[in-house]
Amino acid sequence: MFRSAGYLARSVSNLSIKSKPQILRCADNSSRVIPSSCRSTAASPEPRQEPAGKTLPNTKKEASASAQGESRSFAMNLFQGKIATEQVFPFPEVLDDEQKEILQMLVDPCAKFFEEQNDALKNDAMEKIDDTSMQGLREMGAFGLQVPQELGGLGLNNTQYARLVEIVGAHDLGVGITLGAHQSIGFKGILLFGSPEQKTKYLPPLASGEQMAAFCLTEPACGSDASAIRTRAVLSDDGKHYVLNGSKIWISNGGLAEVFTVFAQTPVTGPEGETKDKVTALIVERSHGGVSHGAPEKKMGIKASNTAEVYFEDVMVPVENVLGGVGGGFKVAMNILNNGRFGMGAALSGTMKYCIWKAVEHASTRMQFGSRIDSYGAIQEKIARMTMVQFVTESMAYMLSANMDQGSTDFQIEAAISKIYASEAAWFCADEGIQILGGMGYMRDCGMEKVMRDLRIFRIFEGTNDILRLFVALTGIQYAGKSLKELQKALKNPLANMGALTGAATKRAKRMVGLGSGLSLAQHAHPQLNDSAEKTAKAVEQFGATVESLLMKFNKNIIDEQFVLKRVADSAIDIYGMVAVLSRVSRSLEQNLPSAEHEKLICEVFCDEAAERIQQNLASANSRRVHKNFDTLTKISKNVVENGGAFQVHPLGY
Amino acid sequence: MSGLRVLVGCKRVIDYAVKIRVRPDKMGVVTDGVKHSMNPFDEIAIEEAVRLKEKKLASEVIAVSCGPPQCQETLRTAMAMGADKSIHVEIDLATYEKMSPLHVAKLLSKIAQDNKVDLILLGKQAIDGDCNQTGQMTAALLDWPQATCASSIEKTNGDIKVVKEVDGGLETVKVKLPAVVTTDLRLNEPRYATLPNIMKAKKKPMEKKKPVDYGVDIDPRQKVVSVEDPPTREAGQKLDNVQDLVTKLKEQGLLTS
Repeated sequence: MFRSAGYLARSVSNLSIKSKPQILRCADNSSRVIPSSCRSTAASPEPRQEPAGKTLPNTKKEASASAQGESRSFAMNLFQGKIATEQVFPFPEVLDDEQKEILQMLVDPCAKFFEEQNDALKNDAMEKIDDTSMQGLREMGAFGLQVPQELGGLGLNNTQYARLVEIVGAHDLGVGITLGAHQSIGFKGILLFGSPEQKTKYLPPLASGEQMAAFCLTEPACGSDASAIRTRAVLSDDGKHYVLNGSKIWISNGGLAEVFTVFAQTPVTGPEGETKDKVTALIVERSHGGVSHGAPEKKMGIKASNTAEVYFEDVMVPVENVLGGVGGGFKVAMNILNNGRFGMGAALSGTMKYCIWKAVEHASTRMQFGSRIDSYGAIQEKIARMTMVQFVTESMAYMLSANMDQGSTDFQIEAAISKIYASEAAWFCADEGIQILGGMGYMRDCGMEKVMRDLRIFRIFEGTNDILRLFVALTGIQYAGKSLKELQKALKNPLANMGALTGAATKRAKRMVGLGSGLSLAQHAHPQLNDSAEKTAKAVEQFGATVESLLMKFNKNIIDEQFVLKRVADSAIDIYGMVAVLSRVSRSLEQNLPSAEHEKLICEVFCDEAAERIQQNLASANSRRVHKNFDTLTKISKNVVENGGAFQVHPLGY
Repeated sequence: MSGLRVLVGCKRVIDYAVKIRVRPDKMGVVTDGVKHSMNPFDEIAIEEAVRLKEKKLASEVIAVSCGPPQCQETLRTAMAMGADKSIHVEIDLATYEKMSPLHVAKLLSKIAQDNKVDLILLGKQAIDGDCNQTGQMTAALLDWPQATCASSIEKTNGDIKVVKEVDGGLETVKVKLPAVVTTDLRLNEPRYATLPNIMKAKKKPMEKKKPVDYGVDIDPRQKVVSVEDPPTREAGQKLDNVQDLVTKLKEQGLLTS
């Protein structure tokens, strides 16, 4: 899990593959961050060799969905200024009675294990998970939560998995990473893309924890740009093996794993006889020989998890260990990461609950100036805001996991948003929690100090939040570009396309006179949340209009406008947060939950503040004045970089 | 000789970590929305039974719980820990709240006879009522020997040797089978119900019964008059020296002069 590659590559390969005939083309003027090999991806019609359709439900459906050009994803449609409610209203519930019962039975023992057997601070100090704790985790079944039961796992769906990792996140993120690197990405590829033989061979010992897995993508020259992989696998003379050479860095479980999902360049001959390097995923066993690893890295946090370099030297990987087809590695990697990302939101909402609990425990007993500190506004705002971001994270996480369990395949924007939001919300929560605890929080024994160190990586790995923001904005804009493209097509033959034109024209005309094009969430949200629902609908409307005008203005060059894209992404994140909260609280009011009134308060403040942020972000995305600031910021940065550090003359002159 | 058939009582109680609150009507404690789990002494009993089975001394472990439908969760836990099957004697919540150890003992003795049990293992007491009566009553009803508060259990030929902690040392008793044994805190450390075993436990059989199936009358013979919070401890006083202390104690009549 300790890796950050891939997101831009994905977003760009998305752009390039799907939008080839469309408005956003990954053209030659791509900015520096855009890997050149994407263009080659775009150029060829992807001769991918994939296993039978059955093992690839996601990609098949995704392909057909995108072929029709329609997505049911709320976030995707948001970029067209549309509200697609199907996946968000009512708040999705996927567990049947039996699944609920099973989950309920698992929650307590799992929590009990972490409360009574695992010592997070000890693991942190030892920089490894205590042996008895590790054995306990194996016996618990924690290593194979989503592996089918017939292969020795627990066969949990995403929602059930989310609920359990929430417990892990509340107690020990170091253990969380070890477990996550193992099953959320380490062997996820085998689960998603493995042939029946690969599954039967590898999953049972992995599910029991007898063997550990690791995901090997990141290389010294390949961080966020996944196309720069240098590790290579070449077919042996007898055609029975791939000979693998290269090295990977920052591999979680790298020093412990027996099974590795490795991404390597393999020469692929295209239909016209030309040979190109393409990324292929391989299942590599340590026992294949030639696999070694470096010393465990010294890290800021998640110290209990093992992170190491992994070296492959003439490793003979049997050809049957190709995962997801030769040359299909990119898709495998992105699907794994996409599918694994949802767990982070759940885990971190557990972490945040812990932070809130610690802060409240202190604030409700600590006396200062004659009163308990929770009676002071300065502390109240902190507690309320911590609660609010935790609530939003939790709502997003379970909405996403439910959507995935419902069979949704185009959840990549939602998954990215949930990861960004969760990692930043958790950082905020830990920071404010420590602030409430004051000096106490800064001390190691309090436990919060470790949480803060552990949390920092979450904004970096599995796609840095910066890259993920670009990914959110670009994936959405590309989808929006599609409808705009159709509009442009229609304009060429206006008479035949009167319907499309008048529809779009009316929408725009209404917007121009400030009427709004009639977007509403009133029929979906609970009547008591009318105000928040209105604000959300209005935000979607403004968002759609802004994206449209940005596309008109920048056309394909929008990919280079990172200042603007960041603001678009921030708005999308806020809007998704609003919808998730609105939907969840509507359900709570509907069901008259004991906390319904409390949740309503959260919904009201969050939506109000989010609406304000969105308005500001969208305005600045389109404002000439702000764009001038962007240019100026670029200049400042350039000056400093050229100078190799702070450039200004010291106030004292020396 | 074939292994023993062991019956284990598993009471569902308010979790030990929960702060107990008295109901506003003072007729009991708040149980709604409060976390429940298996009585810790019963967990020890289950663990001991499962160990007997693992040592091939027991052939079947049957867990039993009397009470509302939620008791089935407790039984699932028992089966996840290793019990082979379970019996749930369903009693509605209102009736259950008025039940006393004698009712449970009557049910247990019937179940033991029905299932041809050789050994009944029970927690020495439940942490809610703290009665410490059910085991003894069950033994009396069955006219079986009993060994209470076991801190070690050993099976010898046809007998059970039980060591119990008593004031000032250990007491060893030997009882003939069939027998009733109740477990104390230091008998063993119960295992955790692991997630895979919890899943497997779902497939283990659970019999659902009613008190009438055993012909047991569970009408209450006692009436709860009132449930009160323990008195709150009053603030103490700090005294400067021993002399003051003696004076105070004398004033209170706690020391004779």
